[in-house]
Amino acid sequence: MDSIKYLDPTTQFVLFSILKVMLVFAVAMTGVAYSVLVERKVSAWIQDRPGPNRVAPFFVEFIPVIGPWLTRLGIFQPMADGLKSFLKEDFTPSYVRKVYFWLAPAIACVPSLMTLAVIPFGSTLGNAANKMVIADLNVGILYSFGIVSLGVYGIVLAGYAANSKYPFLGGIRSSAQMISYEIAMGMSVVAVFLLVGDLNLSSVVDYQRGGLHQWLIWKQPLAFVIFMIAAFAETNRLPFDLPESETELVGGYHTEYSSMKFALFFMGEYAAMIAASGMMVTLFLGGWSSPFGSEPAGTILGGLVHIGWFLAKVAALMVVFIWTRWMLPRFRYDQLMDLGWRRFIPLALANILVTALIVAFTHK
Amino acid sequence: MPALTDLLFYGFAGLALLFGFLCVANPLSRNPVTSAMFLVLTICSLAGLFVLLNAFFLAAVQVLVYAGAVMVLFLFVIMLLDLKEEERRKLNKVALGAGTVAVAVIAGILIRAVTSAKPAADKLVEGTTKPLGRILFTEYLLPFEILSLLLLVAMVGVILLSKKELK
Repeated sequence: MDSIKYLDPTTQFVLFSILKVMLVFAVAMTGVAYSVLVERKVSAWIQDRPGPNRVAPFFVEFIPVIGPWLTRLGIFQPMADGLKSFLKEDFTPSYVRKVYFWLAPAIACVPSLMTLAVIPFGSTLGNAANKMVIADLNVGILYSFGIVSLGVYGIVLAGYAANSKYPFLGGIRSSAQMISYEIAMGMSVVAVFLLVGDLNLSSVVDYQRGGLHQWLIWKQPLAFVIFMIAAFAETNRLPFDLPESETELVGGYHTEYSSMKFALFFMGEYAAMIAASGMMVTLFLGGWSSPFGSEPAGTILGGLVHIGWFLAKVAALMVVFIWTRWMLPRFRYDQLMDLGWRRFIPLALANILVTALIVAFTHK
Repeated sequence: MPALTDLLFYGFAGLALLFGFLCVANPLSRNPVTSAMFLVLTICSLAGLFVLLNAFFLAAVQVLVYAGAVMVLFLFVIMLLDLKEEERRKLNKVALGAGTVAVAVIAGILIRAVTSAKPAADKLVEGTTKPLGRILFTEYLLPFEILSLLLLVAMVGVILLSKKELK
């Protein structure tokens, strides 16, 4: 560890950044794999069936008590799922537009991972210079909205590349849906930043770190509700999964995809859910701070505890995402548009106006 | 050895020019969707140039508004139209001439503007949100409000035009 101290600050910064990028990527990918398992288990419990409970490497059955218990929980299922997507035949139909057919899954997967770069997932680790965020941007929220808005290209291009009718309809639906809900989402966040007075996400967490009563969810409940519902629409989750809507469009935009290309869409969806949960935790639920109030950590242990709080909150929101999927039926397309344009956007605008008035009269 | 920012400038500028060329005159494909996608890449390269000028807000808004919203609507419209004819279309000589004249005029204006501009090194503003907002709402308040009015008029006009019958 001592040799690090002799490097110049730029090299140290680059090294720490690379380390943070790799760690965040690893945690996010593990999160994606295991949220698929949680999705399957939760859906199973809601529908009163056991869910995945068989897959295990051969040696697990020799571990007493814990082995069978882990198997019953399906802990090893994600490995089998991942292996399966790599080993299955990668079939390219003859009529697709090849270049876009290959590009689309990657474009769908990358933006949600890039959003994670600006989310502060912890306070500090070791000394005060090691902030636990990959890129501490002054325009953090604008960056993440910009990247999120690029996410729609993956789905639109997938629908276009398939060169057949149902995927195409899915792609068209998603472009309209995501643009509409992006507006509502952006509007709802404006009120939050009126209170905080800074677009930097670390300052948003600083504003809330006094404890449970300081969390912005209490000051901006309407913004939280709008943001959360818009997040469901942006990540194409039920009740807003119109782009894939299997009862009407076979599989929507990913009908023609198989094996790893299909898995990339899947990973993109779950990574987007993780990013959206991280964003909600940062904006409304106090980020890495504990409900009892926190200062930026001075020790390594304190820093790890803060990261733990952040991950726990994200996990809780992920469960809400999954739970909702198995509780609500799908919206009709006109209902979706009506809700976005005629309910949420006016509500969000009114919320901005009221918040601005309150800030103008109380802020001195 | 040139500085890193210089290298990045030439990189992004070169990419912007390359993608811009491929957007209007792609020798490999006459597909309008491909052109639109190259326009998105051009916009992203321009955003990179804005970052090098410390104009972070402009860069973020460039990606958010142009690449993320305007171009998605472009794609939406292109995909809904029947564009088989466009792909078969041959190069039109009159259009080529008209295009060249238009580009020459714009280039002339640009060269005049660049040569007559003074370097603004004494009044460097970091392009983050706070200084930008302060300037917009003090020094440039009137143009800003007129612009928002213009956008509002455009919006009302579009709604009026697209509504078939007014109740």
